[in-house]
Amino acid sequence: MENPDNKTEVVLLACGSFNPITNMHLRLFELAKDYLHETGKYNVIKGIISPVGDAYKKKSLISANHRVTMAKLATESSDWVQVDDWESSQNEWLETLKVLRYHHQKLASSTPANSLQNAVPLIKPGRKRKQEANRYIPAKKNQLSPETKGVPQLKLLCGADMLESFGIPNLWKLEDITEIVANHGLVCITRAGNNAQKFIYESDTLWQHKNNIHLIEEWITNDISSTKIRRALRRGQSIRYLVPDAVQAYIEKHNLYSPESEDRNVGVILAPLQKYARGCKQEQTL
Amino acid sequence: MKSRIPLVLLACGSFNPITNMHMRLFELARDHLHQTGRYRVIEGIISPVSDNYGKKGLVSARHRVAMAQLALETSDWIRVDPWESEQEKWTETVKVLRHHYNESLRSLHFRKELMRNNWPTERATEDFLSSLDPVSPELKLLCGADILKTFSTPNLWKEEHIKEIVEKFGLVCISRAGSDPVQYISESELLTRFQHNIHLVTEWIQNEISATHIRHALCKGLSVKYLIPDSVISYIKDYNIYTEESEREK
Repeated sequence: MENPDNKTEVVLLACGSFNPITNMHLRLFELAKDYLHETGKYNVIKGIISPVGDAYKKKSLISANHRVTMAKLATESSDWVQVDDWESSQNEWLETLKVLRYHHQKLASSTPANSLQNAVPLIKPGRKRKQEANRYIPAKKNQLSPETKGVPQLKLLCGADMLESFGIPNLWKLEDITEIVANHGLVCITRAGNNAQKFIYESDTLWQHKNNIHLIEEWITNDISSTKIRRALRRGQSIRYLVPDAVQAYIEKHNLYSPESEDRNVGVILAPLQKYARGCKQEQTL
Repeated sequence: MKSRIPLVLLACGSFNPITNMHMRLFELARDHLHQTGRYRVIEGIISPVSDNYGKKGLVSARHRVAMAQLALETSDWIRVDPWESEQEKWTETVKVLRHHYNESLRSLHFRKELMRNNWPTERATEDFLSSLDPVSPELKLLCGADILKTFSTPNLWKEEHIKEIVEKFGLVCISRAGSDPVQYISESELLTRFQHNIHLVTEWIQNEISATHIRHALCKGLSVKYLIPDSVISYIKDYNIYTEESEREK
């Protein structure tokens, strides 16, 4: 595919519970794409929804199978946003950075040129990609000519709540956050008058890479959180027009959300907290 | 056991275009009314205003009705009624209410007649027929709570119309969490008198999709997917309805 305008190609990746997916999640992609296109510098070519695995152990998280299926139903009508179940099918919980690395690797290996130069380590460092000799001619770095194509940039798409969760002790590793904003970038949808800018200002790490953090203000206050959807369902209230029709029908058919499902993982410590609280005793400054 | 009063919800407005929020209002209202235990919502009606309402950027009623129809294809209880949009002059809200109320009475009478003709004579007593549908449905105006505020705007509403609306029909007002519609009621003697007929419903899941924003987004080529139904987006694209030109036109 040619890239005559020399616009940077971007793929947006959204991680999260999607428990269930809502119209708000889907809107994030549309808002991000419009914003990036309006800068004149980017061309968003794909959106990926990556639901978290069950091993995340978040309260009220129902089976990944259902969450992935609902996300697929929700994106059926989209010609650019799709669902990827790699993360959800792993046995252990994976840090977001690892998911980013995996998808970046996937993108790099499907790009004709530069793939070898841009290869990043997979989860198990011992395993190396099979190198097909002489198949690709690596072009010089940063040189984009009509015949060759750089690897698209993979950016993490999120709401302001994820950005601000960087500050929750033991939830993220500082080195992960650094690599995310340095090597990939964040596209963060915020509501008018929120604290995202202040949060970035107050963090040395984020400030250093602020050019790689795009803050997008949503022009329609959209508060359709999954928590509220689950609450409405427990109370027998309608969720129509808040989630795609197919998702609503699926939830109804399988009777997915109940007081019992809301109590799943009660008392269980969230996977990242379990992992980091053990190893990391000193406080990190974001 | 006391039977529930059948109820029809009517929403008037430009619907320029219809959005997911418009349809959500109906769902919220129905849930609320059912929860009171007193009502059984049997129908929802969307009544787009006629073209000579004269609002800036109002596209032809033909389109607005068509879009609403597309949007409501998947609803089994809400429908669009073009009567108001087909009137030559602008119709006051109370008259739209009267029209639909009379229509529902007419159809009720018709159904009773039909049943009377289909049942053997000895069973077709008036009592039996009344027991099937003991009360005629109530018709209530579904709106945002800011309508209550507009009642106090001078010359916008006729006092006798407001009275008829709240006394004879009733209001179902949706407001967002954090606002205080009770205040508007207490500030008006008329509304206070009929407050039992004004149902206030709080929307806790904020989803303020204003049709104005939608039109602006469409003019700028921005995405409105997941804010209005896909079928309406396709229609707008096919007919090239919302453009900078249409926004300027009165």
